[in-house]
Amino acid sequence: MTKEEKWTNIIQSNTAVSVNSLKDVWQYRDLLWMFVKRDIVTNYKQTILGPLWFFIQPAMTTALFVFINRAANTSTNGVHPILFFLIGVTAWNYFAECLTKTSTTFKDNAYIFGKVYFPRLILPLSVVFSSLIKFFIQFFLFLITLLVLLWMGKTTLHLQPTILLFPLLIIIMAGLGLGAGMIITSLTTKYRDLALLVQFGVQLLMYGTLAIPLSSIKNEWMQQILLSNPMIPIIETFRQAFFNDSAFNINHLLYSVTIMVFLLLIGFYSFSKTEKTFTDTI
Amino acid sequence: MAETIIKVENLSKQYRLGEIGTGSLSHDLNRWWHKVRGKEDPYLKLGETNDRTTKGNSEYVWALRDINFEINRGEVWGVVGKNGAGKSTLLKLLSRITTPSTGIIKINGKMASLLEVGTGFHGELTGRENIFLNGAILGMKRKEIASKLDEIVAFAGVEKYIDTPVKRYSSGMYVRLAFAVAAHLDTDILILDEVLAVGDASFQRKCLGKMNDAATNQGKTVLFVSHNLSQVQGLCKKGMLLENGQLKLTGDINRVVSEYVLGNQQASHIDITQLPRVGPKSMDFFIRKLNFITDATNITENEPIEFEIEFECFNAIKELVIGFSIRDTMDTKLIECRTTSNIPNLNIEKPGIYTVSVVTKLNITAGVYVLNVGARCLNGPLEYIPSVTNIEILPCNNELEEWNKPSAGIVNTPSQWTLK
Repeated sequence: MTKEEKWTNIIQSNTAVSVNSLKDVWQYRDLLWMFVKRDIVTNYKQTILGPLWFFIQPAMTTALFVFINRAANTSTNGVHPILFFLIGVTAWNYFAECLTKTSTTFKDNAYIFGKVYFPRLILPLSVVFSSLIKFFIQFFLFLITLLVLLWMGKTTLHLQPTILLFPLLIIIMAGLGLGAGMIITSLTTKYRDLALLVQFGVQLLMYGTLAIPLSSIKNEWMQQILLSNPMIPIIETFRQAFFNDSAFNINHLLYSVTIMVFLLLIGFYSFSKTEKTFTDTI
Repeated sequence: MAETIIKVENLSKQYRLGEIGTGSLSHDLNRWWHKVRGKEDPYLKLGETNDRTTKGNSEYVWALRDINFEINRGEVWGVVGKNGAGKSTLLKLLSRITTPSTGIIKINGKMASLLEVGTGFHGELTGRENIFLNGAILGMKRKEIASKLDEIVAFAGVEKYIDTPVKRYSSGMYVRLAFAVAAHLDTDILILDEVLAVGDASFQRKCLGKMNDAATNQGKTVLFVSHNLSQVQGLCKKGMLLENGQLKLTGDINRVVSEYVLGNQQASHIDITQLPRVGPKSMDFFIRKLNFITDATNITENEPIEFEIEFECFNAIKELVIGFSIRDTMDTKLIECRTTSNIPNLNIEKPGIYTVSVVTKLNITAGVYVLNVGARCLNGPLEYIPSVTNIEILPCNNELEEWNKPSAGIVNTPSQWTLK
């Protein structure tokens, strides 16, 4: 009698990357929430102002942008500059946080990864979720500023139906950050050089993304270059949803979605490849 | 028939030595080029056995090579071997921290590994929060942890501090809490890497008890790595011995442990001349050999042993004292015997080679011990040769059933009993 042996787990060298690791993540979903909770709780313990700190960075960045805007006399499409930049900075911060924090997953967690097995994907995912809290806090700052400026009569609000895309926009930003972050962390386990590029690359990209509204650029060729940045359609959509300052372009948003899917697939593949042996090389 | 729960076939793990980074890109490209053409990884052919004392020629080394074994449900296995024998690598492969270079591991059941206690503990979180976090890292569901929370807290004995951040805990409380979480894992297979070496003696006993209970009463399969041989022997029934990345022996734990301790050095005639000595070298004499007269491979409890110590004298010597001592594997001295026992004045008249022989009954229980030899003469320095050889004392061959054997103790004391 040759009965097929039943094994719950088979470990071997050349296990191909498969969706099984996603099933594993689902099995460990409780751990995902524990990590999210840990990140949030430990961020505020023993601070007096707590989450208030999250207001300072976007406020200062916005102030700087407004200053440059006034000095260089560039367009904000008729939107009040504070609101124009604040919504951009808020959205960008979420993407940047997802990207920079996931891009050091292997390096930061090498110790714990070397001691215990759980699906490695849990950690970058937990970053995406715990950063959401920060995003909502900063978004709250935007809403307050909006209300104050409305009350003072300095701005008008033109809510558009695209406001319903709000959750989708968050998902695209999370996906872009996660995908790119996973690719970077996979490559940096062996070749550390890339990590140096990320910090400064993110800074640089922020100015390229936020400084000027797309529609105010008349040069077609330069517009195309800016549009290759998948974050621009997202921020344009955010502004359009609140202020209707430009026409909503679904094709631009679809481009962002395509890039996100692409980055996520490559990111997932390289991450799964790397997680198996990175403890030997890091 | 017992059900196989872990099956390991041709398992190997290769590591690259030296700096990683320089040249790894070219190796990666070469590896990739072989793969594209459907050829075998060229670097897997390289590598040598992991003997750290000799500097190898290859950049690659096999931390583990061609390991095969099967473990049945409910068995408790001990893994022994020197540092660098591959124990930790094996555990890392089994617990999926890294993947094998070749070979396959098949596991049937839920597995948890404790290569360290308190992995993922965060100082800012309270005891309660850390229990949930650590439990989740080890693969427990939230509900499971919640249902065992009281038990875990009681086991660790930290009720009063449960809502205090663990950074304020004493180190003892910290490890007790960490171990308590691990001890309440509900898995089929548990992998332990010397984690019992935490806490005070009473807590260690508690942990060992808990592990024993898990194995015998709950039918868990346990794989235990430790350098503490008495712990291994106390907890495990079966064992495997790793040497230079290769599996040298599997089977009964006592056989494995004695093989590990004795190695290949169980000879009847031992040349001492090259062995390291402690203390200044005597100008008057030199201990050369130790010869067993009783069979060195077959020393039994309650049986006398006899051996000779051969030494060379360079001058006439007054009041020479020669002796030996027996230490256990934990380095506790158990016995010391000297020639003065029945030769108060051992005087050597002229230079030459002499031997003294000794007959004694050791009265120690079965196990592995270390035999040391030493000598000194009047006003001369002590010449001491530690670890001349390891000796194994076999259990006496009476007809007692397994359950009725004396279970512990060092001294073997005969006793007479009468029923009145």
